Amino acid sequence: MSEAIVVDGLVKRFGATTALDGVDLTVTEGSVLGLLGPNGAGKTTVVRILTTLLEADAGRAEVVGLDVVREADAVRAAIGLTGQYAAVDEYLTGFENLEMVGRLYRLGKAEARARAGELLERFDLTGAAHRPAKTYSGGMRRRLDIAASLINRPRVLFLDEPTTGLDPRSRLAMWEFIAELADGGTTILLTTQYLEEADRLADRMVVIDRGRVIARGTADELKAQVGGQRLEFTVTDAAALPGMVEALRPLAVDEPHVDVASRRLSMPVSGGAEVLAEALRRLDGDTDRIFDVGLRRPDLDDVFLALTGHAAEEVATDDEQPAEPAVTGGVR
Amino acid sequence: MSSLAATLSDSAVITKRNLIKVKRVPDLIVFATLSPIMFVLLFRYVFGGAINLPPGINYAEFLLPGIFAQTVVFGSTVTGASIAEDLQKGLIDRFRSLPMSRAAVLIGRTVADAGLNIISITVMALTGLAVGWRINSSVVEAIGGFVLLLVFAYAISWLMALVGLLVRTPEVVNNASFMVIFPLTFASNAFVPLESFPAALRVFAEWNPVSTVVQGARELFGNTVPGAPVPDAWPLQNPELYTLLWTAIILVVFVPLSVRAYRRTAAR
Repeated sequence: MSEAIVVDGLVKRFGATTALDGVDLTVTEGSVLGLLGPNGAGKTTVVRILTTLLEADAGRAEVVGLDVVREADAVRAAIGLTGQYAAVDEYLTGFENLEMVGRLYRLGKAEARARAGELLERFDLTGAAHRPAKTYSGGMRRRLDIAASLINRPRVLFLDEPTTGLDPRSRLAMWEFIAELADGGTTILLTTQYLEEADRLADRMVVIDRGRVIARGTADELKAQVGGQRLEFTVTDAAALPGMVEALRPLAVDEPHVDVASRRLSMPVSGGAEVLAEALRRLDGDTDRIFDVGLRRPDLDDVFLALTGHAAEEVATDDEQPAEPAVTGGVR
Repeated sequence: MSSLAATLSDSAVITKRNLIKVKRVPDLIVFATLSPIMFVLLFRYVFGGAINLPPGINYAEFLLPGIFAQTVVFGSTVTGASIAEDLQKGLIDRFRSLPMSRAAVLIGRTVADAGLNIISITVMALTGLAVGWRINSSVVEAIGGFVLLLVFAYAISWLMALVGLLVRTPEVVNNASFMVIFPLTFASNAFVPLESFPAALRVFAEWNPVSTVVQGARELFGNTVPGAPVPDAWPLQNPELYTLLWTAIILVVFVPLSVRAYRRTAAR
């Protein structure tokens, strides 16, 4: 399998800020890569460089074997981009928007129209085809935006936070459309802050933070990096938490995590259901204050927190700056 | 497709897109035409009696070329605000990610705005005719007068395109251009004869290209007093040439600068 995207040592600075500090990644043709990271991590900068909107200060990037700077026009003809906000002309109808983009991809008039009709149908917009996009809901605009990026049947599609700001129903619909595209063989690079989204859509993931890649792999590989399972309690009264921590500490394989605001205790443990049974035995007599209890496998949110937390400390020591205290749910 | 043909075809697509907006948002047309009508009527009837003109010409004839110039120059500031708006909404990002000509978005924008200016000037001319303005020259000269006004405004559009790309906020573009265009059009011969200006301002007004656009239009419409002396400044002696020189210089400087800014711009 050949690589549809190759990124090598990408660096981008904006004034004194280093947005990207040597990012490497590859995306295999026909696969979906989830590019994850908190706000300001550099996800959008990577997308902007790969879609020829921005030039890197150092490093190299190729899309379908074409250099994004020297062969920018050929790259543009091979890709589709859906940015963070739906870039549709709100005064044009859905049909006119797609026809315009088709014409700008240099399709003939008849072809551009046929393709517009096809895509409106595929994205359930036929009924609204001749209404100005101004009248569309957020989900409809986003679908129109994705439809526009598909006009030219791109080999590589860039989706920058495609479901940010959508209601849950529209988000599910969008996931189905994206999954369909991936099944059809389109290579997709997807940025997102929603780990559930990446878990569901992406074959592989790259996690970046402060312009650096801090982890990569499949969802399972990332979860394995974070470690085993956790025991989680939610109590009805936060006052019960310190006592519980004392009683349960011997079962923990790492420091228990207490979040007073959500009245929750979470601790990494090893072993299966017997740990849960043992924990409840140790809390004998105090169980009426327990609201919820469970043994959980790590999800991507755990991965994310663990990884970015770790990376933050690493960056701070590298620069010999005082480490920023990690604050969870507290008030300062 | 050759690159010139491709640029023309992309520009036509973008022009069409911008004109569809004019059709869908009737307010645009209403304001593009109502405010010039208001200006014609206000100046004609409020200032008309107070301004001393040489004998042989009525104020409507003196005024209309000035109103034309002011309106089309203001009209071209729309270019900057519209481009800033497209930038804010992410449309410029979309266009820049397409394999289209790098100049087409700006050409399509300026051409569509010139179209709006044609509509405004037509409405103003009809209003002018109703309040006493007359064309006292040949058809060819009159067309020349309109072309002079529109060509100069077209050049200003390219300057405003650069402002829009750099400033990025439509409201700020509007306020900033108002601050520049308003004094530029008033410190000219558009509404009052230059004889009444204090000396320093008068020199500025004589070399102000807005004055020469107005003077050139007056000559081409036959709205000057036969035999009356023209101020002894080279620009006003040769208003058409001086205006076209400015137009050429603005285009030569700002077309490449605007296209360069477009290539590098980013939504945020």
